[in-house]
Amino acid sequence: MSLIHEIDYGTPASKSERQVTLTIDGFAVTVPEGTSIMRAAMALGIKVPKLCAYDMVEAFGSCRLCLVEIEGRAGTPASCTTPVAEGIKVTTQNQRLGRIRRNIMELYISDHPLDCLTCAANGNCELQDMAGAVGLREVRYGYAGENHLGAEKDTSNPYFTFDPTKCIICSRCVRACEEVQGTFALTIDGRGFASHIAAGMDEGFLASECVSCGACVQACPTATLIEKSVIEQGQPEHSVVTTCAYCGVGCSFKAEMKGDQVIRMVPWKDGKANHGHSCVKGRFAWGYANHPDRILKPMVRDKITDPWREVSWDEAIARVASKFKRIQRQYGKGAIGGITSSRCTNEETFLVQKLVRAVFGNNNVDTCARVCHSPTGYGLSRTFGTSAGTQDFDSVEDADVIVVVGANPTDAHPVFASRMKKRLRQGAKLIVIDPRRTDLVRSPHIEAQHHLPLLPGTNVAMLNALAHTIVTEGLTDDAYIRERCDLDAYAAWEAFIRRPENSPETVAGYTRVPAEQIRAAARLYATGGSAAIYYGPGVTEHSQGTTAVMGMAHLAMITGNIGKRGAGVNPLRGQNNVQGSCDMGSFPHELSGYRHLSDAATREMFERDWGVSLDPEPGLRIGNMLDAALDGSYRGIYIQGEDILQSDPDTQHVAAGLAAMECVVVQDLFLNETARYAHVFLPGSTFLEKDGTFINAERRIGMVRKVMQPRSGLADWEITLAIAKAMGFAMHYEHPAQIMDEVARLTPTFAGASYEKLARQSVQWPVNDQAPDGTPIMHVGSFVRGKGNFYITEYVPTDEKTGPRFPLLLTTGRILSQYNVGAQTRRTDNIV
Amino acid sequence: MPTGSPWSVERGEEIICTHKHLAGAALPILHALQREFGFIHREAIPLVARALNLSRAEVYGIVSFYHDFREIPPGRHVLRLCRAEACQSMGADALAERVRERLQVNWHETSADGRVTLEPVFCLGLCACAPAAMLDGRVIGGLDQTRLLALLDEARR
Repeated sequence: MSLIHEIDYGTPASKSERQVTLTIDGFAVTVPEGTSIMRAAMALGIKVPKLCAYDMVEAFGSCRLCLVEIEGRAGTPASCTTPVAEGIKVTTQNQRLGRIRRNIMELYISDHPLDCLTCAANGNCELQDMAGAVGLREVRYGYAGENHLGAEKDTSNPYFTFDPTKCIICSRCVRACEEVQGTFALTIDGRGFASHIAAGMDEGFLASECVSCGACVQACPTATLIEKSVIEQGQPEHSVVTTCAYCGVGCSFKAEMKGDQVIRMVPWKDGKANHGHSCVKGRFAWGYANHPDRILKPMVRDKITDPWREVSWDEAIARVASKFKRIQRQYGKGAIGGITSSRCTNEETFLVQKLVRAVFGNNNVDTCARVCHSPTGYGLSRTFGTSAGTQDFDSVEDADVIVVVGANPTDAHPVFASRMKKRLRQGAKLIVIDPRRTDLVRSPHIEAQHHLPLLPGTNVAMLNALAHTIVTEGLTDDAYIRERCDLDAYAAWEAFIRRPENSPETVAGYTRVPAEQIRAAARLYATGGSAAIYYGPGVTEHSQGTTAVMGMAHLAMITGNIGKRGAGVNPLRGQNNVQGSCDMGSFPHELSGYRHLSDAATREMFERDWGVSLDPEPGLRIGNMLDAALDGSYRGIYIQGEDILQSDPDTQHVAAGLAAMECVVVQDLFLNETARYAHVFLPGSTFLEKDGTFINAERRIGMVRKVMQPRSGLADWEITLAIAKAMGFAMHYEHPAQIMDEVARLTPTFAGASYEKLARQSVQWPVNDQAPDGTPIMHVGSFVRGKGNFYITEYVPTDEKTGPRFPLLLTTGRILSQYNVGAQTRRTDNIV
Repeated sequence: MPTGSPWSVERGEEIICTHKHLAGAALPILHALQREFGFIHREAIPLVARALNLSRAEVYGIVSFYHDFREIPPGRHVLRLCRAEACQSMGADALAERVRERLQVNWHETSADGRVTLEPVFCLGLCACAPAAMLDGRVIGGLDQTRLLALLDEARR
């Protein structure tokens, strides 16, 4: 292990298909048209000195360090802003260029503190590197002239500082904020010698529009913008590439370490989901891992009114096993169950459902997707044949029309939102269907063509009205429908959707969105080119969630927007591994890969592998478990990494159900609210403390790598193993890789997954013999289920009405700095 | 006129509204605001940003880039003395020294009585009749010490 130094090519890659051949320092090189001379030189391994260029942002040409000579052309053009041309001969190093560069460095250094040895960037400073590269030996201008060395440091942001004395005004931070993040929070204040970087109206980083994504810190070539953790602890010495444990974007990060201490998390440029970008949570809010609230010892108590007593792992596990076994003896096999965690790894989730099915001997297993995206799973599998989004995130780069339904990506999926905003700034059109005026509706340089602010609970009516418009105005892609869809199902649906109750004019009454606005949005979606739908819990966390998901699937099918880049229907999944926890068979009726328990062949495959017989009857869902607890037939539960008392609907019902149980086992990082009703607390481990995989919203299986030992002594998967063993069922795994091997063995869509492959590169399932490198875009050519299917999506108005006693209509949402119930983010500086 | 009416959000919004349809509306709006109020009030920046769908930082960057945009109210009169090469060669530096002494101000400052703000300008295009100045938007060429001080006294009355 060593520190990963990612190559900076200086300027972004050109996407041109035309190739250009030129000569640099006598060597021929062929690169895509539009590539900068600087980047072409890097392709040969020749580094042209540079300061203001950085391959995450467009070239700027301000530092003048990268000047080169081109045979037959006058002057010394900047290699970052000069594109390659056929046959040109470039010289990057000679005496004249060396003299110019050294003089420029002298000017820079004449107004820069000479404190390299005590500077936080020492050892990782591009200015220092360039001084070395150009052979700076003296500064003829002296240091006594007018300078910026007295400028005041801005320490307002909890995670990084801005020290203008070290700033060289290269604008990399300003450009990263604009081009990568899309927030435009930074500017150059003043001009000439007075120029300095300002956040907002020079109001300090914290008060400005800055969202603390860290793009500027990453872009800074000096110690001007630097993490406080690096100032305090020094430069890291090794890096481990891992996957973020916050939202469903699943960004790749380098955990930059000193021994087993995380110094900083830096987004990895090779990460396929994030391409080197991050948000405040993944980049900075990992401090909860070391928070004093972490429980590190197992604890037990006889009654929930007793104080907790710390015990050994052996004692805690033995107690869980004996209590669960006693409950089963006394009340029957089905009296216990478990809940898998969407924060934990696939391997850990797979083990919990295996524990329930193989050891508990029932199917009482469920997961938090029950209250978020289970409608996605069902809706998309019924219509397309797969319980997941259709696209990779990169697909958004080719979208001409983007529809965002019930989702607020700038807060909830910030890194994907930045990519979406980049595409919108390039000219893609935007339709936002959301009761809220989210940032996407209008924020600097982004403006939705149509915002349909419908009344909460009327999604299905709205989607029907959009489809009605497309069908009745003859905007359907008939050739696509004929070739790709089930024509009987389509005909039945078409007859339904044409009915007047689905017209925008009627639906306007429910949604309170004017009919003409609905019609205009429908026309844009159907005729604007490749159209992509992205949606969130604003769709699925409502009654009729599944119907709404089907409604979106219909819209995509009738306009030919499935099975190609730039299109699709995509859930923005909430948690890091909620896709994976569903894929791993966390639902009471499904085995891994969404195969129903009633399928005898699938069941037998598991029975043979596990050496047990499986109950063919689906088990209880979370809600049913709680109901059964109240009627006395359900008495024990194993909850891995979830706080159902805070996150599930009807808190009083949840509390009453938990209180009625005899053995509630909570496994978590912190004593969460649910743990108030627990009899055993098993201290869990963070994503930094174990190996495994997460699956993000684009079905990408990303590696999670252990950077420190589990602080409680056991990783979550080891705890589940210990419970299984204590209950008399030994599972033999030395490493999570073996669990993934078992998943692959038992799950056709994961057949080609292995740690060996994933260590090389993340892949998107299905990954198997037909798609050994995974499947970025699904349903190309034909649907997984064969023909695309249609369902009658009748709108059923909600019976939750406002009135004098309950005058408010509330809806769910996420804010940027916090995550779900806040168990993690509330224990970081994100609370500032 | 350099001195304007007192800052008002409502009036500011009106001005923004009448100009925001223009192509590249930021500069025309900022000029109009400065014409009305004598300077660009800090509160105007978010209003302009919202109207044009820009960030506060971007609008602030524009304001701070141009010396012509003032971020604080000027005195009743604004005297711009040319400091470019032709005027310098005709004694502008000495003139400037006298003015600063008389007003007891530095560049970009306003005299204690609030009457005159002194600003440098780099070329008014009047090199043929250097040294030159601009008083409240009116250009004056062929200045000498006596004439300039007389102008100042008139302005301070």
